[in-house]
Amino acid sequence: MSILIHKDTKVIVQGITGDAGSFHAKQMIEYGTQIVGGVTPGKGGTHWEIKDGEHAGKKVPVFHTVADAKKATGCNASIIYVPPPFAADAILEGIAAELDLVITITEGIPVLDMVKVKRVLESQSKTRLIGPNCPGVITPGQCKMGIMPGHIHKVGHVGVVSKSGTLTYEAVGQLTKLGIGQSTCVGIGGDPVAGTDFIDVLRLFNDDPDTHAVIMIGEIGGDAEEKAAEWVKANMKKPVVGFIAGRTAPPGRRMGHAGAIISGGKGTASEKLKAMEAAGIHVAPSPAEMGVTLAKAIGHKV
Amino acid sequence: MKIHEYQGKEILRKFNVATLQGVVAHSVAEAVAAADDLARKFGWPVVVKAQIHAGGRGKGGGVKVVKNLDDARAAAEKILGMMLVTHQTGPQGQKVHKLFIEQGCAIARELYLGAVVDRVNGRVCFMASTEGGMEIEKVAEEHPEKILKEWVDPIVGMTGFQARNLAFGLGLEGKQVGKAVSFLQNMYRAFVETDSSLAEINPLVITKDGDVVALDAKFNFDDNGMFRQAQLGDMRDPNEEDPRELEAKEFDLSYIALDGDIGCMVNGAGLAMATMDIIKHCGGEPANFLDVGGGADERKVTAAFKIILKDPAVKAVFVNIFGGIAKCDVIANGVVAAAKQVGLKVPLVVRLEGTNVDLGKKILADSGLAITAADDMLDGAKKAVAAVKGA
Repeated sequence: MSILIHKDTKVIVQGITGDAGSFHAKQMIEYGTQIVGGVTPGKGGTHWEIKDGEHAGKKVPVFHTVADAKKATGCNASIIYVPPPFAADAILEGIAAELDLVITITEGIPVLDMVKVKRVLESQSKTRLIGPNCPGVITPGQCKMGIMPGHIHKVGHVGVVSKSGTLTYEAVGQLTKLGIGQSTCVGIGGDPVAGTDFIDVLRLFNDDPDTHAVIMIGEIGGDAEEKAAEWVKANMKKPVVGFIAGRTAPPGRRMGHAGAIISGGKGTASEKLKAMEAAGIHVAPSPAEMGVTLAKAIGHKV
Repeated sequence: MKIHEYQGKEILRKFNVATLQGVVAHSVAEAVAAADDLARKFGWPVVVKAQIHAGGRGKGGGVKVVKNLDDARAAAEKILGMMLVTHQTGPQGQKVHKLFIEQGCAIARELYLGAVVDRVNGRVCFMASTEGGMEIEKVAEEHPEKILKEWVDPIVGMTGFQARNLAFGLGLEGKQVGKAVSFLQNMYRAFVETDSSLAEINPLVITKDGDVVALDAKFNFDDNGMFRQAQLGDMRDPNEEDPRELEAKEFDLSYIALDGDIGCMVNGAGLAMATMDIIKHCGGEPANFLDVGGGADERKVTAAFKIILKDPAVKAVFVNIFGGIAKCDVIANGVVAAAKQVGLKVPLVVRLEGTNVDLGKKILADSGLAITAADDMLDGAKKAVAAVKGA
């Protein structure tokens, strides 16, 4: 088992004919993901084709709308590579089509667009949104919906949830080098308003019999990590390893991610680390030690 | 993106939010002429205000109330060109290039009004307090009960009852309430229609005549929304921004200058922060935050490298890349090209991992440059710190 996605997940790519959508659709197919269709308004009825590599010549049908794509393919998940001005609309279209899962890779969506999307998400219970501005989700060996390098992953039993893309790769790379595989890795993104938070994913990992331990990677800004720590203390049945990026970040400066900012003395790494320790989370002393901290927590010999 | 008070008030006026009359001045002569004009229309006093992108200007001596032309001239001469130091500028202060000359007003009460995107529930939150003029962070810490909050549903906007909740909560009465309600509703429209991420009116003033007026205006905008806010782009003031950060923005790099001596070039914001952390963990000090982004190509990497080396404090550079979409060979080519172009005068430690890592390592090894290769992030940080300590 796994969470969110698996080998039977039927995926469409919104923005499949764009540069990013096209590049990653090919990578996902090569990983083994079932890409059953694409959506580009105005290009419905055509096909998107893989030009080279092991799947050269493979054709994927393109539709004008998500509703058309769902009707024709029976897809239950979508991944969005649509440019920022149109991305919120693409998400709303996925929600309206009642897909189970919409993953939004797009970086740079106006936060007030996401405020509206969040309002719509709260008014329904069918669709879960992951992201925006995230690397996506991967269940190693089964399904990759995202932009992460597939080859660094290994099939196994550690769940990873993170606000940061490359720092997730770092954690996964460390685990794989130690011979520890992953059940599912989820990038929730670093934007201030996002579809899914730490607690949502921790809850799924807690209920997944195939996940035996979790690495949670947060960063400065907001209070999602503190809230997640409280939740872990009250509910989590599995060992959790934590890391917070931005211990050395100065207040008032936005560290790349729109959400990564210490404002009014709140959202500092030290507050978050304190909350994690108080919740019994094994805090990795440095970003180079996320893997070994996890290994120690589960009694895996290094 | 941030703007000046006078620009914030232009926006407020456009959305029918009550402000006072004022004129921006770039010289003492302009300031005196503006003060003369305002005094003829509205009488003395007139207020001379420094325009910099930082709060606390009054306490730092950047705001003067003047009662005649001689005083106006003296105030303008003193403030224009001064290095204004406030709690938000840092000890070196910020040079004043512009003044805002504004009509005076008879103040009955000073209140606080702020609006932010609240990430906890994903809505715009309006905050009001009777403690106007104070630093709101301090009020929030010491007297959280004195901050009134209303979260706005994006579908219906700021409703009348929410605005009344705030107005009555602030102790307004009679005609002040209706004026405050239209102030708040117009202010909400100004906030969402300009893609603001933060707006602050501190103080919000009740005049002796019972008017509700914005005496200050601070706006921060969501950079992600700027593609549809062309008119705001014209309000950008390069004098208020770090030139290296501006240059980085041109290449779509995210760069922030810090105080240390180890320059960092990393892909991804989280890994970039973590790289700063691990340098500190190893006993060093990072000179910057720099995220070259996911789609880093040779051109961006070269630009990033040049920006890092422009900082005279940099004694070593640590490149930490976990290639996903960004390929290690592309990064390596960029590093080599940049190092050859600018001339590498400080130790360079490179850690590459991920997509095309072997190709990338070979490019570095074959470059003939004195590059220290690192096996992982910790090894790289240790080597960078050792290089600085040895220098």
